[in-house]
This record gives sequence, C-alpha cells and structure tokens, in this order.
Amino acid sequence: MSPLGHFSQSEAPSLSGHRSPFVLTSFCTEDNVLECRSYINQEVSSLGLRAVWTPTDGPAELNVVAVLNSLYELIQLHRQGLRALDDMEVERQRSASNTELLQLSNTRLKGQLELSKRENTSLLEKERQLQLKVKNLQSCLKNEKEEVQRLQNIIASRASQYNHDMKRKEREFGKLKERLNQLLVDKKEKKQAMEVLNYVERADGKRSMWKTGRTEARHEGEVYRTLLSDYDARQRELVLENSEQRKVLQQMKRDMVSLLRGSKPARREETPGDPQTQVRGEGDSEDSEEVFESSCVDAREKLTNSIRLKWRKLKSHMERLDSQASLVQAGEGAEPDAVPLETHGQEMERLKLEIQQCKDFIHSQQQLLQQRLTSPCEEEEAAAIPPGSPMQGEGGRPGERGRLGEDWRALEEQRTHFEKERKTFTEAAIRLSHERMMFEEDRATWLKHQFLHWTPFTDQNQPEMTEGEQEAASVFSPECLPGSPSPETSSSPRCQALQTQSTADPYRSLPPSPESRYR
Amino acid sequence: MNFSEIFKQSNQLCRISPDGRYLATCVQYRLVVRDVNSLQILHLYTCLDQIVHMEWSSDSLFILCAMYKRGLVQVWSLEQPDWHCKIDEGSIGLVSSRWSPDGRHILNTTEFHLRVTVWSLCTKAVSYIKYPKACQKGIDFSRDGSYMALAERRDCKDYVSVFVCEDWHLLRHFETETQDLAGLEWSPNGCVLAVWDSCLEYKVLLYSLDGRLLSSFSAYEWSLGIKSLAWSPSSQFLAIGSFDEKVRILNHITWKKITEFEHPATIYPALAGLGLMCVSTGPLTLYQTHNEISQPPFQIPVVKPDLDRANPKVGVSSLAFSADGRYLATKNDNMASVVWVWNMQKMSLEAVLEQTAAVRCFQWDPRRPRLALCTGTPRLYLWSPAGSVSVQVPSEGGFQVHALSWHSNGDSLVLIGKEHLCLCYMDTEDKSTDSNIWTK
Repeated sequence: MSPLGHFSQSEAPSLSGHRSPFVLTSFCTEDNVLECRSYINQEVSSLGLRAVWTPTDGPAELNVVAVLNSLYELIQLHRQGLRALDDMEVERQRSASNTELLQLSNTRLKGQLELSKRENTSLLEKERQLQLKVKNLQSCLKNEKEEVQRLQNIIASRASQYNHDMKRKEREFGKLKERLNQLLVDKKEKKQAMEVLNYVERADGKRSMWKTGRTEARHEGEVYRTLLSDYDARQRELVLENSEQRKVLQQMKRDMVSLLRGSKPARREETPGDPQTQVRGEGDSEDSEEVFESSCVDAREKLTNSIRLKWRKLKSHMERLDSQASLVQAGEGAEPDAVPLETHGQEMERLKLEIQQCKDFIHSQQQLLQQRLTSPCEEEEAAAIPPGSPMQGEGGRPGERGRLGEDWRALEEQRTHFEKERKTFTEAAIRLSHERMMFEEDRATWLKHQFLHWTPFTDQNQPEMTEGEQEAASVFSPECLPGSPSPETSSSPRCQALQTQSTADPYRSLPPSPESRYR
Repeated sequence: MNFSEIFKQSNQLCRISPDGRYLATCVQYRLVVRDVNSLQILHLYTCLDQIVHMEWSSDSLFILCAMYKRGLVQVWSLEQPDWHCKIDEGSIGLVSSRWSPDGRHILNTTEFHLRVTVWSLCTKAVSYIKYPKACQKGIDFSRDGSYMALAERRDCKDYVSVFVCEDWHLLRHFETETQDLAGLEWSPNGCVLAVWDSCLEYKVLLYSLDGRLLSSFSAYEWSLGIKSLAWSPSSQFLAIGSFDEKVRILNHITWKKITEFEHPATIYPALAGLGLMCVSTGPLTLYQTHNEISQPPFQIPVVKPDLDRANPKVGVSSLAFSADGRYLATKNDNMASVVWVWNMQKMSLEAVLEQTAAVRCFQWDPRRPRLALCTGTPRLYLWSPAGSVSVQVPSEGGFQVHALSWHSNGDSLVLIGKEHLCLCYMDTEDKSTDSNIWTK
C-alpha cells in the first residue's frame, strides 16, 4: 500500500485559506520517512527546486536547512501561484465585462444597421419614383414642345395664307382705284348693251310670265314638292330596308330557337314551358305586330332583345359543345353532360339502322338483277317444265321485259321529240326578240329624226310638211305662230331644203308595216 | 382604239356639244364647229377678239364666246349661222360669262365682281344681281336646271341666294355661318346645297333646298382645311378632300363622317383597307407606266411641299366619283404622280396608279367605271377594274396630253394639248379584241 493511494481523494477542511485536497497527517508516518523523503525529493527536483536530501547528508537523516529552504521556496511558489490566480481572476472578470459590453454594442449596432438599411431602401424607392416622374415630365415636355411646334407651323401657314390673301385683295383694290380714276377721267362712258338679230324662242317653248304672287307661290310649292318627293323616296327605301332586315332577324331568331330547342331537350324539361312558350308567344305577337305599324319602338326593342338573348344562349351552348368536343378528343370517358352523349348515341343508332336498310335494299336489288340475268336460261327450262309447276311464275318475265323495252323506246322517242320542239321554240323566241329590237331601233331613229328637226325658230315651211309632221310640230310650238317676229326672208335656201328633206325622210324610210319586213 | 389627226386650238377651248354630235374648238378668234365622228368642219364663226371662254348651251343650239379683255360676249347659232348676238359690257368690264341651264340666258360677271347681269335671248329683260362673291365657286346650278345658288358677301358677312332659273325669282336668301365662303355645290338630286369655308377653317355647311341648315361638319380646327369636295352621283355620299391628305366621306342621312381615306407614303398589305369602316381587304394592285404589278409593301414617291408659301402643294386637290358611284378617284398634291382609286362599296382602297410624271388630269367615263388620265406626256392611260392600259398618241410632233374630256356616250375622248387637240375613239364594235373588257 503506497502512501500515494491514501492521499488521492480526502479533503482537509481545517486548513486555513487554501483548500487542499490532501490530509497531511496520513502522508508521512514513522515507517515511510525514507520513502517520503525520496518522494519529496523527486517532487521538489521536478519542480526545479533544490533537493531536500542528498546522499551526502546521511541515510536516515534530513538536511533541515535544505528542507527549510525548499519549504520556503515552495511557499514562495505557492504565493506566486496565488498572486497569478488573483491576477487571472481579475483578468477574467475584466474580459467578461468587456465581452458583455461588446455584445451590447453589437446588438445596438445591428439595430442601427437594420434601421439604416431600411432607410436606404426607402430612399432608393423614392429616388426611383422621382426618376419616373422626371421621365414623365420629360415626355410631357417633349409633347408640349411638339404641340408648340405644330401650333407654330399652323400659325405660320395661316399667316402666309393671310398675307397672300391680303396681297391679292390689295392688288384688286389697286386695280379698282385705277379703274375708278379712269372712269372719272373718261367722259365717254360705254354703256352695257346687247345687240341681237332676233330674239329666240324659249327652250321649253313657253312664254315668259309676269312675276306675280301666284308664280311665287308656285315656286314655293315646287320647292317643297321636290323636297317632299325626295324624303318620300328616301323613306320608302328605308322602310324597305327595314322590313328586309326585320325579316332576316326573324329568320335568324327562328333558326336559333330551333337550334336551341333541338339540341337541349332534356335540359329544357326542367323549365318546361318557359323559354319555349315565351319564344313562341313572342314570335306570334311579333308577327301580328308586323301587320300593324312595324316601326313601333317597343316591337323593335323586343325583337332585338329576344335576338340578343337567343344569341347568348346559342353562344353558351356552342361553347359547351366545344368544351365537350375537346374533352372527347382528349379521350376522357367521364362526361359531365350526359345529354349530348345520349343524342349522339341516338344519332349513331339511327344512322346504323339506315345503313343496314340501305345495305338490305342493295342486296335485294342485286339478287333481282342476278335473277333477271339468269332468267333467259331459266326460260328454256321453264318451257321444258310442265305448266302448273311453281317455276311457271318466272315465265312471265320475258314478256315483262319486252313490254318494258317497248315502253323505254317510246319514252326515248318522246324525249327526242320534246327536245326538237324545245329547240325550235327557243329559236323562234330569239328571232322574235331580234325582230322586236330592230323595231324598237327603227322607232327610236324615227323619233330622233322628229326631235332633231324640231327647231325653236319659227318654221316657214308649213305647207311642205305632211300631216303627221304638222300635228307633231303643232304640239311643240303652239304659240310660235302668233308670237314670233316676222319670218325672215333671208333664211337660206339650204335651211329650207334641210327642213323639207327632214320632213319627208322619216316617212320615206319607215316601211309600211314593220312586221312584214322580216318575213 | 383609233386616234384622229391633230388639230389646232388655243386656250384649251375644246368642247363637245351636250347632245354629243358636234365638237367646237377655238383657234385664236375663230370658232370651229366640227362633226364629232367625221371631224368635218360644219361651221366657222369669227369673233371680234381672241376667245377666252367658250361654252355650249344646254340644248346644243348656241355657242357662247367670251372675250374678257374687250368685255364682249358673242353668241352663235348652229341652226342659223347668220344669226348673231353680241353683248357688250362696256366700261363695266367682264370677268366671267356662262349660260343658264335653259340655254336662253347668259350670266355675265362684271369686273371686280360688282354685279352679275342676266341677259335674256328671248326677251328684252335684263336682271341684275348685286354683291356676288369672288370665290373659288360662287355660282352653281342644280342638275335639273331649276335653281341657281349664288354666294354673296355684304358687310363682311357671307350670304347665299337661291334663284329660280325659270324667271330669276329670288327664292331664298340666308346668311351662312362661314368665315369666308369658298364655294357651294348642289347635290345631284337638287335637294341639298353644300357650302364650304376657305382653307383657313374646315367647315362644311349643308342646307336644304328651302334654306334650312341641315347640318354642319368640321373635322378639325386651326390647320388648313378643305381643298376639294365632290358629291356622289346618287347624292348618298359627300367626299371632302382636305389639306391633311385625307378624304372624309359623309353620309346623307346623318351628315356624319362614316369613313376617312388616308394617303400614306407607304402602303402595307395589312392596311389594305385604309378606311376606318373597312371589313374586307380587296386585292391591291400597283400599276406603273409599263403596267407592272408590284408586290406590297409599296412606297409612294412624296414631294415635300414648301409650307411657307400660301396654298401649299399638299392635300387632296381632286376628287371624282365614277358614274355609277362605285369608285372614287383621288389625287394628293404631294404625291402628284399617283392617283388613288377607292371602292365605295367596300370603303377600301382598290388600286393605286403610279405614273412617271405628275398627273395633270383624270376623268371618269360617263357611262362605265373607266378612268382616263394624262400626265403631260404623249401617252393616255386608262384604268378599269378589269385592268389598265396605256396608249401612245400617234403624232410626229410629240403631242403632249395636258387635259382630257370624255364624250357623253363614253365612246370617245378629247385629248387636249398645249396648242393642239386630238380625238380618241374607243373600240365598241369589235368584240373579238382584248378591248372588249372596256365595254361592259
């Protein structure tokens, strides 16, 4: 049992000041003095102090001086140690308070940093807004400058126009002044005058009338009559256009109603009568209203409103159909609306049935055809077969066939006959229209001759005119004979000859009867 | 297509008679009347001075020849070549002279537009109309010849007087809300009178025959306004061409704009329906003088006008409806070599005809939708929906076509050059040639 084992754990509370973990009493006893001495020596020399015992001192004796020295040195060491501890303690406290201080200042600075960052962002934001404002103002300024420029251009062009007009007016004014001067100087004033050989007839052949209140009233009447007829014509056109458009709208409405009704039978069952009867009722009422004054505002509004409603329903229906179509295309089986599928299925069934029927029909036709083709062979067989057998029924077929052929031939003959007749008729119609055209042209030339040879000058060649011409002439110039100035004897013979020629010509050129010419 | 030989004329005075039988031309102080088909000289009249204006009466029996410098108007009769009539305006001077629709009255405007004198060939009656306005188009007769509208200006205000042509009775006299009336025009049905302001203000006023204001239309303010105006033959539409290079179409029921046609420098096929109400896009073709059809997008040559001067060469200056009202031909002054043809049924662009030189004159055939145009070169250009053709006028001396005018039956054209004229006869009998596409 080493002495060291005892000394590891126990404490010595009675020691003053320094707590030491070891109980001194049990370290050295009378038995282990030498061991203790060597141990102490080892420890002291490891600490760097003078040895406590040297072999020169004697084996069982202690060098008291050396021991006291080393004790003193140990005490000094201990004191040093305590002092260092104190210092370190102080140092530690100091640094702890330093760190506390630093932490406080750290948090404070962090807070300040946050604040300043926020301020910074707000300032940036403000700057951005101000820049935007500046840009806006700059563009406004540019616009204003452009506007100013444009107005200046306008002012410039107006000014040049004004100047131009001013100069023109000034020039005219100058001319006027000159002319006035000239007139004041000129003694001889040339008056306005008209010389004419003879006065001529008015264009419409009537005598000019005095200006009285009646003529004025007549003129006013004419004015209003013209205006009224124009308004009438315009109103008629507008009424026509209106009725056509109303018809179109009604048609559209009917179509829309039928579309909506046909496509949503199940849906409409929920509200059984409402829209449909409403629609029907509206339609009736509107048809009857059409009979009355159809420009009634209510009727118009009702019609347009109902059209709008129907159109909206149709649109929504179409949209739904579109979405369903897209769903079907995407391959989704679950359809939100069962109704279209049903109708679709029904349609398919119906079409399939139709196809089946058509196929059966074709099949039966083919069979019949086959039988007919093979019937000549069967004919011989039928002849060989004794009468009364079930095969007899087919013997009638060749007779049937013969009759059909005859019928066919007769029909063909009739058809060709009809074609020929039709051709002849069209040719005759064309010829007739040609003849009519020629006749019209002749008549037109004759009338033209008539008009061209009517003149406002009084005709001195009345005796030469034929009766028909006289009548025609008299219609045009009833007042010319009494009112005209004296016939000029100096009218050239050429004119006379022209007139005589003209009167005789129409009658010469016209055939006695227009129809007979073309046969 | 046949061309006649080249004849002399002066002052571009060549007119076909309203009945289509005669062609009257002026050579200095002589008036030559020819037969339209044979071009034989039928009559020759001599006036006292160089003829400045010549006009047929509506019944093709008389011709008026005006000599403004001497203040003289001479009237000749076709039936009686010995008949003569001379109107001397004396010291009061003469600026313009025209027939009345009945062909028996002559309206002379004195110098400085002091008054309009109505001379009658039937009676000794003379009428005077005071304060006529000197403007672009101050007098217009309704198409049936019953009414005349005259613009007047008194005390710095514009008025319109409507006269009954039968006896020159003043039917209506009303003030218009214009700043400076520039022109007036009757609608073809004679029920509406369109009155427009000068280019400094965009304003069109529509008056009914009895003088009521039906409506007023103004597209924008301040910029230069209306440059040209045309009624459609059915009176259904009123086309207004303005300095902003657009044509606005008004309808006769509400007098509101139903569409506007733009003339951009680049045409994209997507914008082939340039009208605002366009629904369908028709085929778009671009013809050049050698009849090339180009692919879109098309570039139109633009000449930038001098905006400092008055009446700048910009804006739609000419508008013409075809006889059936289905097409509208327009010309924009800063794209002077291009004629735009618009389809009025679809309200979209139908064709763009680009020429090598500035288009000087274009006119629709009075019978069918066929447009003839000339550019001051010796070529004549024809367009119809079926196709287009360009023909060289055969002449040794280089005949430049400056203006053209159709015969009333649409079978021939008078081509007017600087000092000469030529007649062009369209093929009508020969159905086997390609030209039968023109005779629909």
